[in-house]
Amino acid sequence: MLSPGLYNYWIVVVLMMAGFYTLISRGNLVKKLIGLNIFQVSVFMLYISMGKVQGGVAPILIGEMPAHGHAATHAAHDIDSSHDLHHDVHAKESPPRHPNESEGVLSDVLPQIDASPSLSPAAVQLAELQKTGDATIVYSNPLPHVLILTAIVVGVATTALGLALVVRINEQYGTIEEDEIHVMDPEQP
Amino acid sequence: MISQHLPILQIVVPLLAAPLCVLLRQRHAVWAFALGVCWASFGVALALLLRVMNDGPLVYELGGWAAPWGIVYRLDPLGGIVLLIVSGVAALVLVFAPRVLDQEIPADKHYLFFAAFLLCMTGLLGITITGDIFNVFVFLEISSLSAYVLISMGADRRALLAAYRYLVMGTIGSTFILIGIGLAYMMTGTLNMADLAARLGDVHETRTIRAAFAFLTVGVSIKLALFPLHVWLPNAYTYAPSMVTAFLAATATKVSCYLLLRLVFTVFGVPLVFDEMRLAAVFMPLALMAIFVASTVAIFQTNVKRLLAYSSVAQIGYLVLAFGFASQAGVTACVIHLFNHALMKGALFLALGCVAFRIGSVDLEDLRGLGRRMPWIAALIVIGGLNLIGVPLTAGFISKWYLVMAALEQREYWPVAVAMLFSSLLAVAYVWRIVEVLYMQPPRPSDLQSDQREAPVPLSMVAPTTVMTLGTVVLGVYPTFTVQVAQRAAEFLLGVAA
Repeated sequence: MLSPGLYNYWIVVVLMMAGFYTLISRGNLVKKLIGLNIFQVSVFMLYISMGKVQGGVAPILIGEMPAHGHAATHAAHDIDSSHDLHHDVHAKESPPRHPNESEGVLSDVLPQIDASPSLSPAAVQLAELQKTGDATIVYSNPLPHVLILTAIVVGVATTALGLALVVRINEQYGTIEEDEIHVMDPEQP
Repeated sequence: MISQHLPILQIVVPLLAAPLCVLLRQRHAVWAFALGVCWASFGVALALLLRVMNDGPLVYELGGWAAPWGIVYRLDPLGGIVLLIVSGVAALVLVFAPRVLDQEIPADKHYLFFAAFLLCMTGLLGITITGDIFNVFVFLEISSLSAYVLISMGADRRALLAAYRYLVMGTIGSTFILIGIGLAYMMTGTLNMADLAARLGDVHETRTIRAAFAFLTVGVSIKLALFPLHVWLPNAYTYAPSMVTAFLAATATKVSCYLLLRLVFTVFGVPLVFDEMRLAAVFMPLALMAIFVASTVAIFQTNVKRLLAYSSVAQIGYLVLAFGFASQAGVTACVIHLFNHALMKGALFLALGCVAFRIGSVDLEDLRGLGRRMPWIAALIVIGGLNLIGVPLTAGFISKWYLVMAALEQREYWPVAVAMLFSSLLAVAYVWRIVEVLYMQPPRPSDLQSDQREAPVPLSMVAPTTVMTLGTVVLGVYPTFTVQVAQRAAEFLLGVAA
């Protein structure tokens, strides 16, 4: 039940319930929104976790265009566990050219792409796999990550609108405590 | 050429019109522009409905990308009729809008109001037409966020609280829907609804899919305002501006109901939903409770808008009940009631908008003797009330008739049919309270004096109200159109169409 593979999902559940409980139990309208936010964030984690494939790399086509390996390296850089592999590549193949590539801006790198073709981690992986006879590359699934970007934008919009409403409520009632508001405007059945 | 692209025009035109409203700013120009857009949308919806009725379901690939990879819009007769409801109500409500908005919303905010209104309409149309389940979530949020804004523009400060509460509950609902979509995607690897339906067959026994379905159902139920999850609805309808109440009452819950039908019958399928998950065992009692509890609460309301809001919760109970039969007759009844209820509630809330415009209140106390002061509007309210009860020669009767027939078709549901007839008596009670105040009580002398000074309700407001109310009568006398469309819709939903 508590296998390490499900660690992310346990965190999702804990965050979700923490957010939900805050939402229900707090009477302060801003705290409620914070609870709502935590609740939403847990779902972002759910989506991000489901897209990750263990040992997978960023899904960039490398077969046809080895010359653009650098750009691919760049994109894959911060995404996942290909990190270590990636540094190995640089240690072996191109350390003198730009040791701090990850901090360089794209314009620094672009001119060197044509001049110095080097392999992306995925390409290295491909080469290794081909040696062992298995020609498949493991990609992380980018679709859930893209989906959740949309949901994050929606979440930001919701929070902004919620806070705007709280500001207006504060202007009208002079308080953002739910029970004080109910005293002013008794709830009808 | 252009007729091939009608499905996308249905969405893109109002979507792009919204920011243009903000750029235009000048309030009369914005109104005229929004009105034009809504009527154009209505025309497109009508053309689309006619086409799907004649040629069967229609699939439109966005940007020419084929189905599982690209996003597709998919329309069947049920979608067609929902598009027609949303755009038609929007068009009529905008005719109604200008004078009543002058009274309810500061003039410098009108252009923002119309922008939010168009966005809300776009979202509702988008949910209806899209064939991609993640797209449903996006459009749902577009419509919900703009609906919160529209509600918060009500003149009463309680509108802000109502909007806040709706925002919190609505966001929980849509987050649940998002979780459900994620879990379903996890197991199938697709977001296209048709593709999803095909692939669910292999994995439908896993707990993940069951959880996905549960999350989706609860999420949609919140948006639908199904009985214990309805608490956002009465306040939102009561304190929103008149035309917003009319628009949302007629469309928002109907689109959620459409979404439920769509998810259950075309994506998850009857075997999973009704045989394994036993959804009917949960939904039928909730629906009956919605009908009885909400109708009873409605009887004791003093604000007519609030009374009708509770009546809406009860009517949603009828919709869910018909859905719970899981038969072709049940779905037909559900679609018929969906259409008829949109019309009758839209008409009633517009009539109340006229009343609020003239006398500045919709409390029962202040409506005394309105039958003498505003005879035409009072008559329209009475016709709307007869619809809610289900008196013959009104559209409400056609709804009730098909509902009862659907219940009697399955032997074990006869108590449900009896309960439904009994619940009509509760509707009689709350409608009678309004009628009694309108006609049996004399108007206050002070009101009669002020009537002579004040201008009558303008034709731009009376006309849409009349059109909608008479629409319910026409559809009550000649129900062929609704019944035919509903039968075709049910055939396609249950997959029995040739």
